Amino acid sequence: MMEIIDKAGKFVSKEYEKEITKEQAQKFYYHMLRIRTFDRKGKALQRQGRIGTYVPFEGQEASQVGSALVLEEKDWMFPTYRDHGATLTFGAEMDRVLLYWNGRVEGSVPSKEKNIYPASVPIATQLPHATGAAMAETYKGTNNVAIAYFGDGATSEGDFHEGINIASVFQAPVVFFNQNNGFAISVPIEKQMNSETIAQKSEAYGIPGVRVDGMDVFAVHFAVKEAFERARNGEGPTLIEAVTWRFGAHTTADDPTKYRDQEETEKKREELDPILRLERFMKNHDMWDEDWAEKIEKEIEAELDDAIVEMEKFQKPDPADMFDYVFEEPTWTIQEQKEILKGATK
Amino acid sequence: MAKMLEKQANESMETTKSMTLIQGVTDGLGTMLDDDENILVLGEDVGVNGGVFRATDGLQEKFGERRVVDTPLSEAGFVGAAVGMALNGLKPVVEIQFLGFIYPAYEQIATHVTRARSRTMGHYHLPMVIRAPYGAGVRSPEIHSDSIEALFTHLPGIKVVCPSNAYDAKGLLVASIEDPDPVLFLEPMRLYRGERVEVPTEKYSIELGKGERIIEGEDVTVLAWGAMVPIAKKAAEQMKEKNISCDVIDLRTLYPLDKDIIAESVQKTGRVVIVHEAQSTGGVGSEITSVINDKAFLYLKSPIERVTGFDVPVPLFALENDYLPTPQRVQDAIQKVIDF
Ligand SMILES: Cc1ncc(C[n+]2csc(CCOP(=O)(O)OP(=O)(O)O)c2C)c(N)n1
Ligand SMILES: [Mg+2]
Repeated sequence: MMEIIDKAGKFVSKEYEKEITKEQAQKFYYHMLRIRTFDRKGKALQRQGRIGTYVPFEGQEASQVGSALVLEEKDWMFPTYRDHGATLTFGAEMDRVLLYWNGRVEGSVPSKEKNIYPASVPIATQLPHATGAAMAETYKGTNNVAIAYFGDGATSEGDFHEGINIASVFQAPVVFFNQNNGFAISVPIEKQMNSETIAQKSEAYGIPGVRVDGMDVFAVHFAVKEAFERARNGEGPTLIEAVTWRFGAHTTADDPTKYRDQEETEKKREELDPILRLERFMKNHDMWDEDWAEKIEKEIEAELDDAIVEMEKFQKPDPADMFDYVFEEPTWTIQEQKEILKGATK
Repeated sequence: MAKMLEKQANESMETTKSMTLIQGVTDGLGTMLDDDENILVLGEDVGVNGGVFRATDGLQEKFGERRVVDTPLSEAGFVGAAVGMALNGLKPVVEIQFLGFIYPAYEQIATHVTRARSRTMGHYHLPMVIRAPYGAGVRSPEIHSDSIEALFTHLPGIKVVCPSNAYDAKGLLVASIEDPDPVLFLEPMRLYRGERVEVPTEKYSIELGKGERIIEGEDVTVLAWGAMVPIAKKAAEQMKEKNISCDVIDLRTLYPLDKDIIAESVQKTGRVVIVHEAQSTGGVGSEITSVINDKAFLYLKSPIERVTGFDVPVPLFALENDYLPTPQRVQDAIQKVIDF
């Protein structure tokens, strides 16, 4: 397993030592703190009934930030419902992400500058999309790359195989980024697959496979960066397994105590929490600055408060919208039905 | 333990128990697992977790991991495996976590589940059930709210059942599991924890293919199933105030349709409103219209009205109530067939 810093925040591998700067560590820390703050707020907003069911990702911040910060402007991101930490880091607008969790389709509309496909809810369906988007980039002669995010459970679906196989045959510039968080709802990884690792599945496709400590933001970052470089150089796809852990529930509608000991999970925090680990590393290497830490915390709170205000004052949903975006030209049945709804007794 | 025994003793003394729809499902599954050891339940999160809605709660504890099986996240895989099990002596009851996630298994259903009997001239047949919660109205995330029964009623070789209350849920589930052929069993999640009704604790079954009249009336036939049954009922109750009496029928089985109850009612009322939450085009409502055309055309006093979802993907929850038929829309339709 690829590791750069250990649990105590010390270098495991000196290989990357020169590449890791204070500035970079601060950037990673900032993004991880930002998405964690968002995530905790998401849970709170759900409890207060201000948004709908919410999917938390606490524990997966290093995996999401470390990977998302590799993408360049024109690259493609194909996330799942648990990857808004990655989309926020790549450039999704925060109020939009909140709107999505409030049942608003406006929340799935990407910002104009970024190629972010709406989160795939049907498991594993996004892998073939990433393959195709990457193939299109080669047809166009660019060196842009696509990344697909997916969970451990997703490896059991046919689309996992089909998406990776096609990419391997056509050597598409795509990175298959797996976050192995130990569970697919209640099903632990040992019941999901008989394979030792997810990374080893790459062998079947004849592509590189990398297993990386998903709690180590540097390890994730450099593993993904190298995979992107291979892809940009025409060396085809890579499968990356980031070994991480979901600290909380599967969704706010899930009760994890039905299938695992949440106290055990909380105990693991000292050892596993990716943000604590980075903080330790920064302190060990003279990269920590208390004033800076306070400053970014305040900045993040303010950004989040603004986003919530924006979400809550967003214009009311218009029922016409559900009819207007099915086709470029609405068919007659849709036109008629739109009129029916308009004319219906309120 | 003593408490458990006491509870069991109490239960066997009672003949019925008040249950929500989902409890009816759980009770039906438990009853059948008890009844026949060839029956097994499989799906995602159905074991330890008892299902994301708790439809299989307690069943793994009671019947063990061989009978109540947590599968990998693989709908095509476990529906396909259920085909192999069913042709080899087992009776699998498969849970699809939400109907909107059945699509990976559609190939297995369309090319194998529905055809084993035909392809072997009856040498093989598949006594299997696929259960799935379906429908909008509970603020679920995207794709969780689909109502796609018509994609299955159209396939030759699978029956489609959809209860609207706990009593029917148990009785129809028992009949579905006992049926020698494949059954898709749709559970309206919007009604899962709604109204309670008395349900016999013993095993009983309700014949597939039979609708039920839930309100007797003379003026307009209102046909519905699943989550639309309470909507139709409410509309009918409102219309009473205007002295319009509705014959409200819960179809309960969508394939094969109960042509007799439809014909008999329409021949009596001459006016029809069909209510379904699925999209309009190609919905089961179109098929019901054909049945009426065949069996009661000359009795009609007005064109048939359909109150349905729209020809759009079910919207995210901010707009789902605009998508769904409401009692008011049903009342307007009833008024329209009266005023014609
Ligand atoms: C095709 C399909 N089947 C079932 C579901 C229901 N479901 C939602 S999330 C989930 C577990 C996914 O596990 P994993 O791939 O490990 O991702 P994680 O949720 O852990 O991020 C399931 C079964 C779904 N969304 N899509
Ligand atoms: Mg997982």
